[in-house]
Amino acid sequence: MTASPSPDLDAKIPAGPLTEKWDRHRSALKLVNPANKRKYSIIVVGAGLAGAAAAASLAELGYRVKVFCLQDSPRRGHSIAAQGGINAAKNYRNDGDSIFRLFHDTIKGGDFRAREANVYRLAQVSNQIIDQCVAQGVPFAREYGGGLANRSFGGAQVSRTFYARGQTGQQLLLGAYGALMRQVGAGQVTMLPRREMLDLVVEDGRARGIVARNLLSGAVEQHAAHAVVLATGGYGNVYFLSTNAMASNVTAAFRAWKRGAFFANPCFVQIHPTCIPVHGDYQSKLTLMSESLRNDARVWVPRRPGDHRPPARIPETERHYFLEEKYPAFGNLVPRDVASRNAKEQCDQGKGVGETGRAVYLDFSEATEREGKATILQKYGNLFQMYEKITAVDPVRQPMMIYPAVHYTMGGLWVDYNLMSTVPGLFVLGEANFSDHGANRLGASALMQGLADGYFILPVTVGNYLAQLPPMPPDPESPVFNEISRQSEERVKGLLAIGGKRPVDEFHRRLGLLLWDHCGMARNEAGLRQALQQVPEIRAEFWRDLRLPGSGAELNQSLERAGRVADFLEFAELMILDALTRTESCGCHFRQESQTADHEARRDDRRFAHVSAWEYRPGHQPLEHRESLDFTSVTPSQRSYQ
Amino acid sequence: MSTAKAPIRLTLKIWRQTGPDAPGAFREYPVGPLSPDMSLLEMLDVLNEELTRQGEEPVAFDHDCREGICGMCGAVVNGRAHGPQPATTLCQLHLRHFKDGDVVVIEPFRAGAFPPVRDLVVDRGAFDVLIAAGGYVSVNTGGAPEANTLPVPRAAAEKALDAAECIGCGACVAACPNAAAMLFVGAKVSHLALLPQGEPERARRALNMVRKMDQLRFGNCGNEQECQAACPKGIKIDNIARLNREFLRAAIKSEET
Ligand SMILES: Cc1cc2nc3c(=O)[nH]c(=O)nc-3n(C[C@H](O)[C@H](O)[C@H](O)COP(=O)(O)OP(=O)(O)OC[C@H]3O[C@@H](n4cnc5c(N)ncnc54)[C@H](O)[C@@H]3O)c2cc1C
Ligand code: FES
Repeated sequence: MTASPSPDLDAKIPAGPLTEKWDRHRSALKLVNPANKRKYSIIVVGAGLAGAAAAASLAELGYRVKVFCLQDSPRRGHSIAAQGGINAAKNYRNDGDSIFRLFHDTIKGGDFRAREANVYRLAQVSNQIIDQCVAQGVPFAREYGGGLANRSFGGAQVSRTFYARGQTGQQLLLGAYGALMRQVGAGQVTMLPRREMLDLVVEDGRARGIVARNLLSGAVEQHAAHAVVLATGGYGNVYFLSTNAMASNVTAAFRAWKRGAFFANPCFVQIHPTCIPVHGDYQSKLTLMSESLRNDARVWVPRRPGDHRPPARIPETERHYFLEEKYPAFGNLVPRDVASRNAKEQCDQGKGVGETGRAVYLDFSEATEREGKATILQKYGNLFQMYEKITAVDPVRQPMMIYPAVHYTMGGLWVDYNLMSTVPGLFVLGEANFSDHGANRLGASALMQGLADGYFILPVTVGNYLAQLPPMPPDPESPVFNEISRQSEERVKGLLAIGGKRPVDEFHRRLGLLLWDHCGMARNEAGLRQALQQVPEIRAEFWRDLRLPGSGAELNQSLERAGRVADFLEFAELMILDALTRTESCGCHFRQESQTADHEARRDDRRFAHVSAWEYRPGHQPLEHRESLDFTSVTPSQRSYQ
Repeated sequence: MSTAKAPIRLTLKIWRQTGPDAPGAFREYPVGPLSPDMSLLEMLDVLNEELTRQGEEPVAFDHDCREGICGMCGAVVNGRAHGPQPATTLCQLHLRHFKDGDVVVIEPFRAGAFPPVRDLVVDRGAFDVLIAAGGYVSVNTGGAPEANTLPVPRAAAEKALDAAECIGCGACVAACPNAAAMLFVGAKVSHLALLPQGEPERARRALNMVRKMDQLRFGNCGNEQECQAACPKGIKIDNIARLNREFLRAAIKSEET
């Protein structure tokens, strides 16, 4: 169905043994003379963990930095909502952790679909991240002796997750935001909040800047720089309902795709097992209950399908602790993809609980008895509160009800080892790139990756690119710039001119349901083909019948959403195409045609040990490129958590 | 989920204002029947879809995470910042806390330092300016020592986190009769003053942030304690007392040197 893939992409992985690649590479990269750094300007789009960390670090080095974000302040990026924690290989618990073990767990957790050299580097810099954040004053949890505390997360048998109650992302982001604001105060960073990147400007084969819309005035602005860094987060909201913040979107990445950056593994979407179930058509988003809860809670359903008794009335012997029974070694701490699929399977068998039957119990009673209510509340108090606010049920008295929900996107723009995309001068960080999590991300590793990219990797690799460029300032009024800006304005006008009858969310909701049904937790050829047919139908209706009140010259939140939904409606096709092409199962990508006898994902390493990176071709189907994945220090095996 | 409850109808009175300089006024919208399990923001979504269908302009309001952590949402509901529930952001407020037939008045945070933008949206950029004046530890990337070299007593870390939980929503300013930013600044100064990492810049930070606060259009603290009552994160006014101590300590020190 697709044109045959073109030859392998070169990820520019440095030579040498895995453990020495990064150090050797760093010493071989070209440097920009300190006095010359201020002659180079860099645009950073996004001020979540990856963007804020990068912008602050680049400014500290002396580059001139412009930062863009959607929210009214860089302190509010979606990273703020991360709850559970951040991994590092400190081995403070003396439980046998090491850089190699963190690397190994992460690459295995990703079902051997990530790039080995990147994952190893991630594990290497993980410890520096903790040092950096502690120095910034991030108030991580502590032991009585004053040392840092840890908790366990899924997919690991060591305790290596650092945390600040259930709000680790908030505290890490406030640290990075402080560092960023310090540079704003020093005049090194120009902060442009409430700006949305609408397009990437590529001139003479290089990224030269962006076109952005001022969300308050509607003005379309042209910003030029020597390099552009995208740290715009993930695209989970293509499903409409997800745990992502409402503004999370694919627009920046998708526009860059249309300007030549390849999109890698778009079908790799993480569905998180522990979220508050959907409870009404009006629902606007789903709320995560941190994976850290699985440290102390037991997941169960009634053994007998259709058992509607309240949980307290179901005796112990009639409860099915399905994860503990099936995976005795990891129990409730299996990776997310495994936990989610098993929950779905139980509900499909009619054992789901709650009003809709699409939920399983997450029960704290045993832990509360063992450790006391006070201890449990100290660990998870704010999550319990959050749960109670939404559901009006106190999880101390009654088990939580949870169900899987879209949470994180492993797919993203393809980047090489230097985090540079296929467009020279365009770098991509954090959830917006694809590099480190393969087909499934382990808990507490996105924060680690975003901060590794932002604090420690990009600031080094970008210098190598800039050192080869003349410092002449790029021209934001060049014909190419003006033309791309004109196209963006036309697009905005086009949306406002549709003059139909239906509000934007209606189309978004339909798209989301379609993807959830056919490109969600389980996928098969027939369903994917059907979805591939239906997406263009929804898109055509959108462009025919959308109604947008107001104008483009003011704060217009419907218009903002419409632009993002228009991109989702195109991007969805790329996701489905990718899911269709990958006929194996791996990690989160579960093709029903490819499963083991115990319903686990069956990989096909012979045919699919590669990254699929899609190239946009106007008027044609996207072209698949491949980066083959070679493993020198781990042997891909059928993952087993039993 | 919770046991199904009867749907409710409400009369909304919402502040509408098309731009910073345009005059504003309340408009009335009857809504319902609505599920009591719906959040207040979801109710606004439903209202906005309806307004859009009718060709009217939807109500502009800020929001993002919808789980009480980003600090983007905020409005005064029935006279209280973030509404009637204690320790709850606007996005976490559910209709089950209202009765069938209630009138619900929704208006923006009002304060000199937060100029209006549109409908319920205001400009809280002054908070970023305050942080830029000193709400950080000056440590460059790469310059940090091994994390466990400096032990921090558990109680100190917990107390620092209590203060660091501030989400920067601005409810404290909106609730204060003088529109003061003492709780916001107090929380940041406390967070860093309680940790050894914040020690080297402790005095400078307190002085610079307080001076900046006075330059911006925030009022003076009259010890009304409304800020504490309105804070969705339960930030205590102890932080204001600590800010006063820190400022005094710093002022004396700077005179000495
Ligand atoms: C509820 C929840 C809990 C989580 N908990 C954990 C956890 O415990 N541990 C963990 O490791 N991971 C966790 N994650 C995942 C992790 O939080 C995210 O993957 C990570 O924070 C993403 O960071 P980022 O910097 O890449 O992007 P984001 O934080 O999403 O930031 C994106 C930035 O880009 C801006 N932006 C986007 N589009 C545009 C545009 N077009 N123009 C201008 N600006 C734009 C936004 O304004 C924002 O500033 C969690 C995720 C969720 C949803
Ligand atoms: S929307 Fe984030 S706190 Fe309310």
